[in-house]
This record gives sequence, structure tokens and C-alpha cells, in this order.
Amino acid sequence: MAVALTPHVQPGPHPDDVPRPIVARATGGDRVFRGILRSAGLAVLLITLMILIFLILRSSSAFQRAGFGFFTTASFQPETSNQFGIAALLPDSALIAVIALTIAVPTGVATALYISEYAPHAIKRPLIAVIDLMAAIPSIIYALWGLFWLMPRILGFDKWLSHHASFIPVFRFTKTDTIGNYVGAMFIAAIVVSLMVIPIVTSLSRQVFSQAPQGEREAAFALGSTRWGMVRTVVLPFGRAGIIGASMLGLGRALGETIAVTFILTPLTYAFSIHILEGGGNSITAEIANFYTQYDAKGVAALLACGLVLFVSTLIINSLASIVISRSRSGALTAAD
Amino acid sequence: MPRGPSGSPARAVTVRLAKGREAAAIPRQSGEAGDAHARAAAGHVGHVTRPAGKDGAAVRPATRGATAADVADAGKAETRLRLRKTSAEGSSTFMAAAAASLGLVWVLFERVLPFSGVVGFWVCWYILFLCLYFVMARLQWDRLEARNRLAGVALGTGGVLVVVIVVVQVAYTLTRGAGAVVHTNFWTRSMGFAGPKSPMKFGGVLHAIVGSVEEIGLATLFSVPLGITAALFLAEIGGGLARVVRTIVEAMTALPDLVAGLFVYVTLILSLGISKNGFCAAVAIAVTMMPIVARASEVVLRIVPGALREASYALGSSQWRTVWNVVLPTARSGLTTAVVLAMARGIGETAPVLLVAGYTKELNANPFHGPMTSLPLFIYNAVHVLGTPDYVERGFGAGFVLVVVVLALFTIARRVGGSAPGEITKRQRRRLAREAAL
Repeated sequence: MAVALTPHVQPGPHPDDVPRPIVARATGGDRVFRGILRSAGLAVLLITLMILIFLILRSSSAFQRAGFGFFTTASFQPETSNQFGIAALLPDSALIAVIALTIAVPTGVATALYISEYAPHAIKRPLIAVIDLMAAIPSIIYALWGLFWLMPRILGFDKWLSHHASFIPVFRFTKTDTIGNYVGAMFIAAIVVSLMVIPIVTSLSRQVFSQAPQGEREAAFALGSTRWGMVRTVVLPFGRAGIIGASMLGLGRALGETIAVTFILTPLTYAFSIHILEGGGNSITAEIANFYTQYDAKGVAALLACGLVLFVSTLIINSLASIVISRSRSGALTAAD
Repeated sequence: MPRGPSGSPARAVTVRLAKGREAAAIPRQSGEAGDAHARAAAGHVGHVTRPAGKDGAAVRPATRGATAADVADAGKAETRLRLRKTSAEGSSTFMAAAAASLGLVWVLFERVLPFSGVVGFWVCWYILFLCLYFVMARLQWDRLEARNRLAGVALGTGGVLVVVIVVVQVAYTLTRGAGAVVHTNFWTRSMGFAGPKSPMKFGGVLHAIVGSVEEIGLATLFSVPLGITAALFLAEIGGGLARVVRTIVEAMTALPDLVAGLFVYVTLILSLGISKNGFCAAVAIAVTMMPIVARASEVVLRIVPGALREASYALGSSQWRTVWNVVLPTARSGLTTAVVLAMARGIGETAPVLLVAGYTKELNANPFHGPMTSLPLFIYNAVHVLGTPDYVERGFGAGFVLVVVVLALFTIARRVGGSAPGEITKRQRRRLAREAAL
């Protein structure tokens, strides 16, 4: 036996024995390398912090002038009066984003489910490519398309909605019922924004759906489930957090969308209205894009304050989204360290 | 309750228990359809009755040697489960529902009710189509199966819709822009000597093309090294700081592009006093590109097999040698995809450059002095600020150029990124073989 062949070993450690470290010591080059990588990571944090700090510094004068009224005043003439605020701009932005999400989330999730569960193998990859392309198309192309292609074609539908669905408050039309009053409405802007949100929702939720465990899928089939039954009982519960996270990222994108909203909206007054089919309506981003050249220093500070609100709200939403995704069962598989 | 994937309730099917190869030896002429009893009597095949769905695999013929005629012969009693195939009933139900709803909605929408508008027409058609399809499916199949089919069609609509939107958008921009790009001066002139009412023979977008190329070049130069290094930090070092950085990078990916413009505006222009120029625009684009590069690169670096890293460490190389000689070359194609996709995103950015680039009609090739126009900025000004018919047409012309560039970059990215990390192409394999032979 092997034990018998070994020479007699003294019990207890030999005085010269020291445990050898099994982790190799970093060489000088490694330390420099790690330092460079670490500083790149820090630089990303620093840029984000700098955005925050500089926006706060430069917009502080506007906050001082408007005071707490900045959040409660529904008017924005920062050059002429101290009474200006985002009480009309922010709700309008949020309303556009919410409408965009109500269109984009069902469509995006349906597309993601189709790609991951139903599509034949031959069209799976092309469809994924189309989704990626949809994300790569510049927002100015969406804006051109929305203004010149979609707008003339959707006015009839808007009119029809306002006539037949006016029992829903958002579809009520309070202005004179001419086709011109439907132009430049928040609803149209929201549709274009929703098209930009669809690829975000689709690609994120598709990734989550495709990770649904194969064993559970087969178990559902073995119990006699139809494909839809399997999707409903296995894939969707597994991907719920992914859908929520994807929708929140989409919300951030929708709040911050600038060009399409600027092209389509025709701002008339600073009054928040939930009648989304009526022309008029504002958004924080469109306000900044339209007025940054016309305002003097006081006005620009007010616009920067708007930008700060936008930045902070999207940063919070997006960070929450990535936390939701990484905390979930599906996210834990991918983002684990 | 056990149900087969075809949705039929548990029903009796016959399952053959073949005795060795003898089942295959059934002569062709004996097999009239439905003549199974005669063969059962001959002792070749026994019949056992079982509920379907419990034992789906048993439905197919048990012997591999069964002839085609034999399978066809058994077809009456034994139906093979078809999990993902389209059947004649399925597709004809689909077509019939589509056609019926089209006819009905046409009558309703155009003749009976005072509706108008293309979009409204198709929305009504789609809702009616889903209803009709469900009714027709319900006439043939049970509740679960009809629901399954309805869900399949409804989910597939998402895919169709996405494809239609992308195709319509690209086709619309290309056709509207075609009118402008056929003029030679559109490519060789700036708008410098063209007035607001000059016809299409005058002026062009050369200045915008030059501006776009220079800005995207500078932005790539700034964002790619930082983005890839940050991705290396996330993938190779990790730890608590990396988790924070990853959360921030993910949040910044979806950061409003307008905020990047505001950031450069307050730092470079308001605080440092630089006047609006192409460099500021490039920095703003870089701020939006950097998180995209970092995030996409991290995903690629993560799928580099750990065994390759460990092999490198086992040979005694240090961490940075491993990253430089093993990790980065392995992930090269994926990293290229990340960079090219980020460039495609960056070249179309409008909101950041809007605030910091200024606007000029003249050709300005120096990014560090004077305002610089890029393609998206030109479109913005032509359509939103000026808005005369000729300018709108020029805007669409610039949109044409932009779409073509984005499509080209996108195709390159797909081509390069088609292979997994470490996978070698045929050409590379040939080269390696040549080198090995030397």
C-alpha cells in the first residue's frame, strides 16, 4: 500500500514549513494595467458625476429665482418673469412617454415572444437583425418619417377616435373639430416615440425569454400544455422582471427623446392637458431644443434646470431598471460576477 | 388533463408492437388501408389501445424498417404528432379570416360608417381579423387549441409590424431623398452660395458630409479607448466598484442624448469659453457613444472562454499579457461589431450636436474653429427651422445619405460579428494551415 511506502512522518508541522500563497503576486506591469483599467471605470463614474455637478452649478441661479415654484408653475417665460416652472412641461413629457409605453411594451413583448418561442429557425436571425436595425436608425429619420409620412395618414384615425372613443377622457376633443386642430398632437408624437422604444423592449425581453429553463418548458409540454400555455406558465413568469426592467429603460428613452418630439409637437400654450388628440402640448426636450438659441443667460439657466430634472429622473429610472433586472431570477444568470 | 399538442382530447390510438424485423416484411399487397385486423390475425402485429398524450412517442411506427406503404397504410389509425408544422387547415383558416375581415372592414369602413384614414382602416381590419380568426378556429378545434393559435397569430403580428415599419421608413426616406441625390451639385457643393429660395440646381450637402465624417472620427477616437478599457475593467477585474460602474454604464446607455449636449454646453462652452465648433460636437457624440461601446464590449469579453485565460496564466503570463495576447484578440470580431454599431448610433445623433456645433451653410473642414454642420443637423435646420419645400427635399436628400451610411455600417457590423469569439473563418484557417506547413 502507498501509505506503507512513505517514510515515517513526524507529527506536527516542521519548523521550516510555511504555507505557500497560492495566489501569484501581481507583477509591476500588472499593477499598472489594473490601475489603468480601474481609472477607466472611475472615469465613467466621473463623467456621470460631472454631468450632475455642472448642471447643478449652472442651473442654480434659475432655481434661486424660481424657488419651489419651479415645480409648481405651469408657465415658462424665464426671461421676463421669475414665475416659471415645469408643472406643464414635465407632465406633458411623462404623458407622451406613458402613451408611448402603452403602445411599445405589448408590441415589443409580443415580438420578443414570437422571436424566442414561435418563429421558425430560418426567420429568427433576420428578425433579430431587423430589431437591431430599428434601434440603429437615427431618431431624425424617425422624425422625418413621423412628420411627413405618418402625420397625414393618422389624422383620419385621430378624428375617428375622437368621435367614437370620446367616452375615454384622454380621447375627448374639446377644440373645434377641424382637421387642422389634430395636427401636432401629443398622440402622434407618442406613436413615433413608441417606435423607438420597441427595439429596446424587444431585444431586452427576448434575451430574458430565451433563458427560460429548458427543463421547465419541457415539463409544461409533458403535462399536455399547448405552446401558448407553456409561454403563459413558464416563459412569462420567468421573464417578468425582465419585462419590467425593459419597460423602465424604455421609459427613460421615451422621456429623453428630443428630435421626433420637437418635429411633431406644435406647442401653443403652457397648460397641461390630457386631451392627447388635440394639437399643442410641450415636452422638456422640445422646449430646450426650440429655445436654447433664443434665450439669454437667465433663460439658458432655466433650460439647464429643465435638463437637470430630465437627467436626474432618467438616471433614477434607468438605475432602478438595471437593479430590477439584475435582482431577478433571469438577470442573476447573466450579470453574476 | 392530458391533451396532445394537437389539442384533441385523450383518444384511443393503436400502437404497434412489432416483433423484430417481421413487421417490415409485410407484403405491400396485403396492406389495404384499414386492413389492420387481417395483419393482427396473421400474428405479425399486435394492437394495443392507449390514450394519446401520455405516450406521444409511441404513436410513430415502432420499427425503423417499416415501408412507406406500411406507414401510409397505418395512417388512418395512427396520426403522427406534428409539433411545429403548418397544416392546410391552419393556413386556410388564416387566409380566410384575413380575406373575410378585409372585405367586411372595407364595407363597414368605406361604405357604411363615416370613417377615413389609412391607419384607422388597418387598425380596424386587424381587430376584426383577430375576432374572425378566433371564431373560425373555435369552429374546428377546442378552446385551448383555438387560443393557442390565436396567441401565435397575435404574437407574430408584432414581428410583421416591426419589419413593415423598418421597411416603410427606409423605403420612404430613400424614395423622397432620391429626388435630391441625383443632382451632382448635391454631392459637390455646400449651401454657401445658395439662398433660401435657390432651386435644387444650387447648393449641396458637402459641408454636412465633411462635418459628419470629422465629428464621428473624433468621437470614435475619444470614446472607443475609454469604452473598451472600462469594459475590460468590468469583465476582467470586477468587484464592488465594477458593480457600481456597470449600473451607471447601463443607465447611461439610455441617457437622453440631449443631456450629453447640455453637458458639453455647460463644461466646454459656458465654463471654458470655447465657441461652438466641431470638436464640441465630437465630444458630445463621444459621451453618448462611450456607454454603448462599454456595454457591448463587456458582453463580448464575458463570453471569451475562461479556459483560454487559465491556459495563458498556466504558461506563466501576467494578467495584462493575458488580456493583450489572449482576451482581446479572441474577442476582436465582437469588439469591432460593438465599435461599428456605436458609430452607426453616433453618426445619427442630432440632439447633442444641436446644442454645441453651431450651424453654418459654409464648408468648414477645421473642427477646432467655427461652427460645423453635420448631416442630422442639416436635416434639422432644413426641415424644422427653414421648412421651405426645396429645403425639405434637400433634408430628405441628406436623410438618404444618412440612411445609406447607417445601413452600410450596420451590415459591416453584422458581417464582422457573425462569428463567435475565437471562431476562425475559412480564410483564416487556410492562412493558419499555410503557416503551419512552413
